[in-house]
Amino acid sequence: MNYKASNIVLKTKNLSVGYTSKKKATVVASNINIELKKGELVGLIGANGIGKSTLLRTLTNVQPKLKGSISINGNLLQDYSSLALAKVMSIVLTESLASKNLTVFELVALGRQPYTNWVGNLTKNDIALINKALEQTNILELKNKKCFELSDGQLQKVMISRALAQSTDIIILDEPTTHLDMYHKAYILKLLQKLAKETNKTILFSTHEIDLAIQLSNKLVIMTNNQVVYDEPCSLIQKGTFDELFPKDLIAFNNKTGSFRIKK
Amino acid sequence: MSNKKSYKILFLLLTIILIVCFFVNISLGSVSIPLKDVFNSLISGSTERETWQHIIQNYRLPKAITAILVGSGLGISGLLMQTLFRNPLAGPFVLGISSGASLGVALIVLGSSVFSGILTSSFMGQWSIVIAASLGSLLVLLAVLIISLKVRDTMAILIIGLMFSSITAAIVSVLSYFGSAEQLQQYIFWGFGSLGNLSWNEILIFAIVYVLGLLISVSAIKSLNTLLLGENYAKSLGLNIKRNRLTIILATSLLAGTITAFSGPIAFIGLAIPHIARQIFNTSNHKTLLPAVFLFGAIVMLICDSISQLPNTEKTLPINAITSLFGAPIVIWLLVRKRKMIF
Repeated sequence: MNYKASNIVLKTKNLSVGYTSKKKATVVASNINIELKKGELVGLIGANGIGKSTLLRTLTNVQPKLKGSISINGNLLQDYSSLALAKVMSIVLTESLASKNLTVFELVALGRQPYTNWVGNLTKNDIALINKALEQTNILELKNKKCFELSDGQLQKVMISRALAQSTDIIILDEPTTHLDMYHKAYILKLLQKLAKETNKTILFSTHEIDLAIQLSNKLVIMTNNQVVYDEPCSLIQKGTFDELFPKDLIAFNNKTGSFRIKK
Repeated sequence: MSNKKSYKILFLLLTIILIVCFFVNISLGSVSIPLKDVFNSLISGSTERETWQHIIQNYRLPKAITAILVGSGLGISGLLMQTLFRNPLAGPFVLGISSGASLGVALIVLGSSVFSGILTSSFMGQWSIVIAASLGSLLVLLAVLIISLKVRDTMAILIIGLMFSSITAAIVSVLSYFGSAEQLQQYIFWGFGSLGNLSWNEILIFAIVYVLGLLISVSAIKSLNTLLLGENYAKSLGLNIKRNRLTIILATSLLAGTITAFSGPIAFIGLAIPHIARQIFNTSNHKTLLPAVFLFGAIVMLICDSISQLPNTEKTLPINAITSLFGAPIVIWLLVRKRKMIF
């Protein structure tokens, strides 16, 4: 398989995700076939409880897959050591930090951990990469602030900056726009779009901001009760995939505006 | 990076304070010895009177060294536990190390009446208590370690440690109920903690285990910093959570376990010192915190020991009471002054 020529970074084949307890396996979603390429921003959309988090947890190797295969840069996910994986995939989670008593610089610097020596000393190269990551997310002036001094929007930028500093091919974000106001939701997703384009990284994010995701993403992964669809936003609208996203009693998708409206 | 400069000054200052406290601690005691002779004794080994020489070399010097080992060791193990459990209330004994030790000691001291046939009072001695405390904490610790390998959630280990403490406390209560007044007194005296009475041989064993625990702690600095992000982030940075957890628990048990075995369950230091260090250095970075905690722990313990000796009197106060009496107001003052708890 010539993955390099096709620019495919992350690929799943007939992937099933879910939980196993004792002997019983609970399949949350199955038959997932996606191919994420370099420099692409990909949104993951689905109703609450449909399995977005389960899929992301499986892709990041937090929980085991049930069936199928996941490969990153042509190698199977299970063949990566945790350290090797840390060098190709970074994450931004919704959970709050254990300690907010770190400065922004210190926190972003923790992104360099897979590369630093046993005591975590930063080399000149590390510091340059940290500063670059701070610059790319427009938070250079917050450098010496403590994390508890930041707003939610600023903190999210810091976490993205940390993921950038980790120098990985893929960044996976779990609902990066929760707790943010409308402006900052757009700001963060716009920032992700810019980063994907400029750094040529693959960025996968789950979100409930469907209209923003349609406008900004290169591709979308849509999880419905019956299937997982992966395509460009426009063709998904044409196919009518968004109509299957939610129960039909309250809201309906408007093909022209690319957003949901309350049914009258 | 103006921080780095002020850290250096702070560290230099603390080191000087530590050295001063060390000498002050040695020069104070029930017998007053002139400062000049204290120095002479430490440097050349000769003093005006031979008894002074004896007091300093065989009593005060070992005690001061013990104080440094105990204070720094408890502080560091407290720091490890607070970071591992992401809980500012955690201390070196949350895993049940001290309750295991007290169970061991209670069995030896109080249990002799219950199991009179097995344990005779002639067996009592300095070493028997050390061995009983070590075995007790080792037993509880092994249980916690085995469980920590099976349990996924780090917080569950915290609760399990607390449960072990409850069980051992209950057994100690039952033993106390049947114990004689004399035995009870002996047990309570152990609970007061004591830095003195250690021979050089005992200190050697103490120091070897201590250094081992310290080295493991230093090797964990990087992963402790990673844990500041939370376990899931730490994992995504390539940290092996279970192995790392085991390393931190091992370091804590080596440090806190030997300290409890040799000096009794000394409270408060392990909980308070990391907070003092965080407040004063205003950081959570373990590369700074670990040496800071070492220095603060040693200094506070030396000061507490100097106070408990009640200089120039025959009496000594229980060290366990002094650490809390002296330390708690400092922590309260620091928290009120800064109005914010740094964690």
